[in-house]
Amino acid sequence: MDNAKPKKVIAPRTEMPCQPAAVRARNFKEVALGYTPEMAIAEAKRCLQCKKPGCMKGCPVEIHIPEFIAAVTQGDFDAAYRIIKGTNPLPAVSGRVCPQENQCEGKCILLAKGQPIAIGRLERFVADQHIAGTACEEVSGSSTCTMAPLCDDGNKVACLGSGPATLSCAGYLAANGIKVDVFEALHEAGGVLIYGIPAFRLPKDVVKKEIDAMRQLGVSFKTNWVGGRTVQVSSLLEQGYKAVFIGVGAGLPLFLNVPGENLIGVFSANEYLTRVNLGRAHSFPAGSDTPVYPGKHVTVFGAGNVAMDAARTAMRMGAESVHIVYRRTRAEMPARREEIEHAEEEGIQFEMLAAPLHFNGDANSVLESVTLQRMELGEPDASGRRRPQPVEGAVYDLPTDLAIIALGTRSNPILLDATPELDKNKRGYIVADEETGETSIPNVFAGGDIVTGAATVILAMGAGRRAAKEICKRIKG
Amino acid sequence: MPTRIVHKESLIPGTTSKLVLDAPQIASTAKPGHFVMLRIDEQGERIPLTIADTDKEQGTITIVYLVMGKSTAALENLKQGDSILDVCGPLGRATHIEKQGTVICVGGGTGIAAMHHIAKGHHRIGNRVVGIIGARSKNLLLFEKELSSFADELLISTDDGSYGHKGFVTELLQQRLAADKSVFEVVAVGPVPMMAAVAKTTQPFGVKTTVSLNSIMVDGIGMCGACRVTVGGETKFACVDGPEFDGQLVDFAELRRRLGAYRSQETLSLEQYRCQCHG
Ligand SMILES: Cc1cc2nc3c(=O)[nH]c(=O)nc-3n(C[C@H](O)[C@H](O)[C@H](O)COP(=O)(O)OP(=O)(O)OC[C@H]3O[C@@H](n4cnc5c(N)ncnc54)[C@H](O)[C@@H]3O)c2cc1C
Ligand SMILES: Cc1cc2nc3c(=O)[nH]c(=O)nc-3n(C[C@H](O)[C@H](O)[C@H](O)COP(=O)(O)OP(=O)(O)OC[C@H]3O[C@@H](n4cnc5c(N)ncnc54)[C@H](O)[C@@H]3O)c2cc1C
Ligand code: SF4
Ligand code: SF4
Ligand code: FES
Repeated sequence: MDNAKPKKVIAPRTEMPCQPAAVRARNFKEVALGYTPEMAIAEAKRCLQCKKPGCMKGCPVEIHIPEFIAAVTQGDFDAAYRIIKGTNPLPAVSGRVCPQENQCEGKCILLAKGQPIAIGRLERFVADQHIAGTACEEVSGSSTCTMAPLCDDGNKVACLGSGPATLSCAGYLAANGIKVDVFEALHEAGGVLIYGIPAFRLPKDVVKKEIDAMRQLGVSFKTNWVGGRTVQVSSLLEQGYKAVFIGVGAGLPLFLNVPGENLIGVFSANEYLTRVNLGRAHSFPAGSDTPVYPGKHVTVFGAGNVAMDAARTAMRMGAESVHIVYRRTRAEMPARREEIEHAEEEGIQFEMLAAPLHFNGDANSVLESVTLQRMELGEPDASGRRRPQPVEGAVYDLPTDLAIIALGTRSNPILLDATPELDKNKRGYIVADEETGETSIPNVFAGGDIVTGAATVILAMGAGRRAAKEICKRIKG
Repeated sequence: MPTRIVHKESLIPGTTSKLVLDAPQIASTAKPGHFVMLRIDEQGERIPLTIADTDKEQGTITIVYLVMGKSTAALENLKQGDSILDVCGPLGRATHIEKQGTVICVGGGTGIAAMHHIAKGHHRIGNRVVGIIGARSKNLLLFEKELSSFADELLISTDDGSYGHKGFVTELLQQRLAADKSVFEVVAVGPVPMMAAVAKTTQPFGVKTTVSLNSIMVDGIGMCGACRVTVGGETKFACVDGPEFDGQLVDFAELRRRLGAYRSQETLSLEQYRCQCHG
């Protein structure tokens, strides 16, 4: 017997059950099925309850992670929920789509052994226990609605856009009794959570439930209101809103700027995903009037989460083959590991070290193929990443009838052009105070992608929360 | 909040109607050149339609549509007093209107209604407005009365000669430009081939030519790129950079091809709808 073994033996990380790849690759139901209570408790018990928990430093909304995990080990999921909800208004969302490996789990002490606590999965589990209940339960953590009494009706705040930045801002304010009116340009609230991230990663019901919970707290959502068009920032302040929060995201899609990009069959990932998610094109024509372009041999350009989502959506829409084309290698792909693995399991192929030169169409300008340049990795550049460079003479064609460009986005000009008093940085995003989110216009705040450029759900939520804290302080003193 | 149809008028039975919508917020900010995105019901597709007129006092906007596919067919089935689920706007860049002299406003088909709002803007600021409108036949001509109520001149052409000049609007435009050097701008709204022909007609005269492009749109707020058009060799988004552009720089052939991208699905959708309607 080995007596000199004082350390706790840590069980391996509890796997998350998933729909089998061959089945899920053709449906829009959620891929990851979530923990059972037994699995959650087993996973929670692996946590060392560190005195100085690294995990918390990695969470932009400061969830009290060891505390909620301790509650899970006790089987007290209600308590766990209240702890999480205390700082995070959308745990069912962040538990699913947060890049945990770079956030909380990336700072967990157990990472050194390659087996950090599955914090995101636990968060999702706890939130889902409540999603199953009513909206009131979700908000207050109990079965009765404990709405904070609305303070003076004159104290209202307007939010523009309804993505995670706004939802977290509005949630915090509403919980503090402040009336919030959200103005959203599209016909449905939720931002990228609704029109971008597909249902197989984030079911739309989950988002709707969280939004309904906010409605119950008195937040009103006004859809079809375009900031800078239907309503101006200055007029909101004149109408008596005490503060305005701008969370309009970074929506303008980038294209490759190569010849043939306007052929029929070439789309931005935003268009492709918006048609399927917001327009529900997967049930065209019986259940939806919005069509999406059909493709048998699909190519997707880019290698982030958006590219993975587009590729996996195309597969579910009936593609025979889907290639992700990327000019570097798999190791440099910016998408979450889990998403890359899931995509691969579903049959997505990776065409690495290849860059598009031009798209080729038939006589009617319908896409037929893309001409690619073979690349290789050269010397590291200033950032330390090895720079892709063309392999001379290595040019080839890949047949494709549907090409989806997922290269990222720029700031949308509608609101910014209409509000010249808002200071912008060189890249065209709003300049906002790091601590409070206040912009160059007093009492006008901004956060999320419109400040940082395309980033993550949790960073947007963190920004919304910081702005809300400051707004609350100013209103309530 | 759903938007109520306060008035409906059939302009060409079965194919073209005018709707006056109760939309005070949009009416208060809409300018000539703007459009709205609308979605009829939960299942509906977002479609762009030009704001053909506004009444700021009544808080209403006017739209005129041609029945093309499922969405416009469903719109045609709505009655006065019914509601449209989503109406979003005003979108796009407003027409650049400045007091400069004589402007010729050319409209074809349903585009006459959209052109009407632009012409009215030019009239209000004090420009001399010459309207040129055309259709296949007399009974398909829209907005003649509205336009003649303010236009300084109104020239009419029909393809079959049933009314006004027999031939195309471009022939009237050509004659006019040759005879009248005071024209500072030509505005054209209508079918793509018409706008392309107008741009070709004005080119030798070097007169500024503005066209309003009707590309396929999804969001209408710059987030998808469905509406991209090539203008002067550059890709532009019609919903946020336009919909009006310099007619000499637009790649009309590309626009026409891109408008056909979803033709087979659109036909399917309309056929299914017609089957349901007729039981
Ligand atoms: C396909 C896809 C997958 C992604 N996957 C992940 C992931 O797995 N994990 C992750 O962390 N992040 C992911 N992201 C990024 C993440 O979704 C964003 O960083 C986040 O949503 C930004 O939130 P936001 O509140 O700033 O803006 P958004 O979510 O973009 O919301 C902005 C809202 O404002 C509205 N709006 C725009 N202009 C106006 C206006 N003028 N007036 C009124 N409303 C307006 C828009 O319609 C939209 O609803 C993904 C993004 C995409 C597109
Ligand atoms: C800025 C803008 C303003 C517009 N203003 C008006 C208006 O005031 N009145 C009006 O009647 N129409 C207008 N249109 C065109 C209108 O949006 C389309 O006719 C409509 O979307 C068709 O929808 P649908 O479902 O009825 O037909 P669909 O089933 O979508 O299309 C049926 C047929 O129309 C063609 N088509 C599709 N989209 C367009 C389009 N955008 N333009 C021309 N043909 C198209 C297709 O190739 C197809 O063959 C405008 C378009 C834009 C972009
Ligand atoms: S919100 Fe994101 S970073 Fe914070 S604990 Fe949850 S998964 Fe981790
Ligand atoms: S760092 Fe890891 S082990 Fe430590 S408390 Fe946080 S989750 Fe538990
Ligand atoms: S319609 Fe989507 S960008 Fe113009």
